[in-house]
Amino acid sequence: MNISEGNAGAKTFHNASILKAEDRRERLTFLGLSMPAVLAILIVVFLPIFWLSSLSFYNAAGELSTENYARIFESALYRRTFVVTFQISIAVTVICILLGYPLCYLLTKVKDRTAAILMIFVLVPFWTSVLVRTYAWLVLLQRNGIINSSLMSLGIIEEPLQLAHNLTGSIIGMVHIMLPFLILPLYATMRNIDTDLVRAAVGLGSSPRGAFWRVFFPMSLPGLFAGIVLVFILSLGFFVTPALLGGGRVQMLAQRIESTITIYSNWGAASALGVVLLLLALVMIWLMNRVFGLDKLFMR
Amino acid sequence: MEQVGQRKIDGLWLTVVGIAVLFFLILPTLIVIPMSFSGASFLEFPPTSFSFRWYAAYFTSPEWMSATKTSLIAAVMTTAIATPLGSLCAYGLHCSAPRIRNIAQILVIMPIVVPVILIAVGVFSLYAKLGLNYTLTGIVIAHTALALPFVIVTVMSGLQNYDFDQELAARSLGASRAYALWTITVPQVKFSIQTGAFLAFITSLDEVVISMLVSGGDNATITRRMFNSLRDQLDPTIAAISTCLIFVSISALVMISIFNRNQKNKEQL
Repeated sequence: MNISEGNAGAKTFHNASILKAEDRRERLTFLGLSMPAVLAILIVVFLPIFWLSSLSFYNAAGELSTENYARIFESALYRRTFVVTFQISIAVTVICILLGYPLCYLLTKVKDRTAAILMIFVLVPFWTSVLVRTYAWLVLLQRNGIINSSLMSLGIIEEPLQLAHNLTGSIIGMVHIMLPFLILPLYATMRNIDTDLVRAAVGLGSSPRGAFWRVFFPMSLPGLFAGIVLVFILSLGFFVTPALLGGGRVQMLAQRIESTITIYSNWGAASALGVVLLLLALVMIWLMNRVFGLDKLFMR
Repeated sequence: MEQVGQRKIDGLWLTVVGIAVLFFLILPTLIVIPMSFSGASFLEFPPTSFSFRWYAAYFTSPEWMSATKTSLIAAVMTTAIATPLGSLCAYGLHCSAPRIRNIAQILVIMPIVVPVILIAVGVFSLYAKLGLNYTLTGIVIAHTALALPFVIVTVMSGLQNYDFDQELAARSLGASRAYALWTITVPQVKFSIQTGAFLAFITSLDEVVISMLVSGGDNATITRRMFNSLRDQLDPTIAAISTCLIFVSISALVMISIFNRNQKNKEQL
């Protein structure tokens, strides 16, 4: 409704109530426009996950029980799955920090134009299918692949290393997939740091290293933290790369959930594992929201 | 003097590590391209002979072609549904009260941060009841939910740079809401909408985990077939398919950056 009608309304005694009704209608319109998308997400993402979660509280006989959760803590197989999932996720996150931080720092040091060109090296992998990149690593890391053959021709190793179909392969492949998720928020934060502050610290007598650790580094922490949480959440629930590069020898949580359903059809056990994974992810998301603010994702 | 030397060493170290990381990111991504033109009957790098045999194998295989068709149709339909729904949602949330907006924003980005395996298993069990497993409809619905956050996030950030008073001015001059939205607001956030559409397309085309459970039979997607094939052996045909997928992703990325540049140029005027 437009303003001319609002002016007409001003002549009546019910001015306030008309404006209020107008305001309410306006709000409902906006809410209504948002609803189809929000409903689609609620029905496709939330509803099935809640329903699945409820399955975890029933045993095979269909009675209410905590059997499925008890088994997670008792079974050595499931315990092993959790240990492996955490080991890999922590290893991947640490390696991503060690590789990503220096790169982002370098990007802030070069000219804007150079940095924009170098960012292509990050964005092209980021937008390339996970499956394609995992396939590339399978080829590179295989027994007679380029990495083994070049290491052998350089005389560094005599026997080909077992790089694929194990833990090493899974970690290498996952670092490659996850690294852009660390770099993008970290670089966005670093780019907004006022480098004059670092220069001021040096001008006031700090060593360049001291200025970096005491001025620049603390200011980059929100971005680093966002990247760490993102990489860690995605690693905890990652399926494709460990399933292919682990060669069946590495069983992370997501694969265990998939095989529990597709091979053993044990929905109760799978959904209990799913609930644990969901809770871990939600805690991480909550942490990220507290420190970084999820609404920052909506800004440029 | 000592400090200057230290600084140079630090700078050199930083450059070497940074460049190594860039190569680590880009080389494995692009290495399948030369491999796909190999003439050998097994995977080799560097290739010793040149041929199109793996492309021929891909384009003449009825299974791969049917999977490609399924994936492309699913991606086009996902884009066609997610783009308008997501854009309207972004517009609605942009104009809503901050309290509603904050809750909705967190809700709406959940599909990106909740582990996909959980969405996949949940959707699979829901579809089992509805008879939607192994259907194109099922794939499109699931992919739409996954693509919506990307459209909503990009369009909302586009709206933040848009002066909303223009739409209010149009409406005070007598334009209806729909007319003002379509003729004033939409053209100005067109680039964000296009970017969102490309992201939706790529999200659907490259999606593996949901497709692995939900698609199948005649409606198996290309990613499902690739995943199953890679579990058994390293078929060089997949190098040819991968090259095509990389080409699609890079084209989308180039389009997005062109839109962004056009928009920036426009803002400077």
